[in-house]
Amino acid sequence: MNILSSSRTNRLARGIAISFLSFIAVLGIAMPASADSVGEEYEAAILGNVRIDGEPIQGVRIVVDGNGYTAETVTDEKGRWLIGVPSIGAYNVTLDETTLPEGIAVLEGGATQAVEFGATDRVTKNFFIGEGERNTTSLFDQVVARLIYGINFGLMLGLAAVGLSLVYGTTGLSNFAHGEMVTIGAVLALLFGVVLELPLWVAIPIAVGLSAAFGWIMDAGLWRPVRKMGLGIVQLMIVSIGLSLALRYIIQFFIGGGTEQLPGFDEPRVTLFGATALSSTDLISMALSLVVIGGFAYWLLKTKTGKATRAISDNPDLAAASGIDVDKVIRVVWVLAAAMAGLAGVLWAYFRPGIKWDMGTQILLLIFAAVVLGGLGTAFGALVGALVVGILIETSSLIIPADLKYVGALVVLILVLLVRPQGLLGKKQRIG
Amino acid sequence: MDWGSILNNTLQGLLTPTTLAFSLAALGLAMHFGFAGLLNFGIAGFMAIGGYGYAIAVLTFGLPWWAGMLFGIFGSIIFALILGIPTLRLRGDYLAIVTIASAEIIRLLFLTTAFTDVTGSADGLFGFNTRTDGSGFQNANPFPAGSYGAGPFTYNEQTLWVLTFGIIMLVVGVFLLWALMRSPWGRVIKGIREDEDAIRALGKNVFAYKMQALVIGGVYGAMGGIVYATFANVSPGVFVTSLTFFIWTSLLLGGAATILGPVVGSVLFWTLQAFLTNVLSEVAISGILPVSTTQASTLRFVLVGVGLMLLVIYRPQGIFGDKKELTFVK
Repeated sequence: MNILSSSRTNRLARGIAISFLSFIAVLGIAMPASADSVGEEYEAAILGNVRIDGEPIQGVRIVVDGNGYTAETVTDEKGRWLIGVPSIGAYNVTLDETTLPEGIAVLEGGATQAVEFGATDRVTKNFFIGEGERNTTSLFDQVVARLIYGINFGLMLGLAAVGLSLVYGTTGLSNFAHGEMVTIGAVLALLFGVVLELPLWVAIPIAVGLSAAFGWIMDAGLWRPVRKMGLGIVQLMIVSIGLSLALRYIIQFFIGGGTEQLPGFDEPRVTLFGATALSSTDLISMALSLVVIGGFAYWLLKTKTGKATRAISDNPDLAAASGIDVDKVIRVVWVLAAAMAGLAGVLWAYFRPGIKWDMGTQILLLIFAAVVLGGLGTAFGALVGALVVGILIETSSLIIPADLKYVGALVVLILVLLVRPQGLLGKKQRIG
Repeated sequence: MDWGSILNNTLQGLLTPTTLAFSLAALGLAMHFGFAGLLNFGIAGFMAIGGYGYAIAVLTFGLPWWAGMLFGIFGSIIFALILGIPTLRLRGDYLAIVTIASAEIIRLLFLTTAFTDVTGSADGLFGFNTRTDGSGFQNANPFPAGSYGAGPFTYNEQTLWVLTFGIIMLVVGVFLLWALMRSPWGRVIKGIREDEDAIRALGKNVFAYKMQALVIGGVYGAMGGIVYATFANVSPGVFVTSLTFFIWTSLLLGGAATILGPVVGSVLFWTLQAFLTNVLSEVAISGILPVSTTQASTLRFVLVGVGLMLLVIYRPQGIFGDKKELTFVK
């Protein structure tokens, strides 16, 4: 998982600084509130001490990233830092080498290192630093790497977004429970892959299949009846918010508030070229997304049901009048949307990494951003939107603080609505 | 099961600072959604700006408490203007997505470590109600130290002051909203909700009216955040989208297009929450249901979600609402 270390060659390690476990960590006492500690409301925390030759270094920037959580802090005058994390799990800790004094670098393991919690809710991460040559990744390599991570993230978002967009196109529902459909896919994979210990190539198809079945149940049990009752689109939207709350807490009821992992989540990342390092899971994830989205595109463009779906999106009354069974097509759309959302959930569980009860909610607004960006109701627009959002999020963290990267995507969402409310591929009449 | 303590705790839920803060925010939402038909899903953002604005003004700028509160309200007016200029022309569901995204942007800006010195990042802000220079909210407490009230309604002087302040704000707020909605201005606002084009045909500037409604409702939301901040720390974990959804539930429970509905809805929501918290944990402890206490406390949020669905499907006008004033028709 060392993105940065591999590019580091010919380094002179003259003085090696020894990092100490701070006595505070040993005693397990929380540090006082100051600039060196963030997230103290969480029970779990990662902490450490930045020293060189026993001398503390103040003002070194440390970033913790993982399980969908990002936080950063700087070391205090004693070189200490502490970052609280919402759950026990695997995190990446990055020491920002540009904040070290001139000529000082991380000597072993790279500037980004993985951290795992042991039996306690505190874990110490110290970096071996000393005089040496800093890793120098060119900006171009960084941008390329970010682009590829962004495409990976965007494809996963796209899987979830096309379903949301199709449901909107055929039924007019802005489905706020789509995030939970994502979570359910991951939770089912957890159930079959970890609890029942089936191999992953069995567990994931079962999870996706059951997600599809859940889509069928939702349409048959809830959405079709309320459509027949003639609820307005705003009412439908608030019903989906209620459903989202109920499902989210039902999931929390069963899996609790912690983070669970699927097998193979910690596959090592291998440097492919430049600064781009991907694990086999990342590659499989991208390939799977591409295949599924390709199959979906074929379905939408070439098959009879796919054409009927597009017809209903364009004009439901006209479609019904020309003999299309609207309810049947909507049922198919729900099943497909739920299946793809479920698969997106499995991939999101690997991307974060970790399965948590609110993991779907965390990306719901990004999925909406993708759908609105591409044009509500258009399937391919949602895909384009998802790629744009994914790439934007990953590349923007080169410029803005990592914990603000979602803000960039949401601001773009609002700006797009200002300039081109119908989205990139949408038609003008849709904005109403 | 100890029904005595359950009843006691449930009655406490009738009057808490949280209930008052919720009522004020729900009133703002009634202005936005119930009367003006604006689908604002960013009420948590308005509350965050109110609460944080007050706290930051006191802690960073050293303003006295009342000026800090005015600063929070001022912040919410600015936010409403920035939010409204681009979005008020959008159709309902687009507006919902944009407002929910804006509230999340606000929250992430308070959460980021980039502005830790001012916002306190994930830890939030605290210690702004009692100031050593005597300019804090609790320094202005007129009640001498002691215990007041009886039974479940026993409060110390600090809580009593928070409650008194909250009730005054709520009463003033209810009266102002009532007066506004029976004025010619209020009739135009309701008219916009029913048929925007008709009002436009009458020569009214619909956009300006909607903007005024957004600002006024936003100030109510900010007051909700401020009342919340008078007794609790403000932190990004409070002003999440779930908060918006809970306030929506309270509003729809009471009736969106009513004056007292939002208040009664909030009181009911929190009384029910207090009741369910106690009953469910008792049920878990006594082993009637095979669930842990944590699972039991999760169940009440499941019930909130199911309740919201049933409410919107079967009684969208709420308890006090008039079906003719149903704002969902579009």
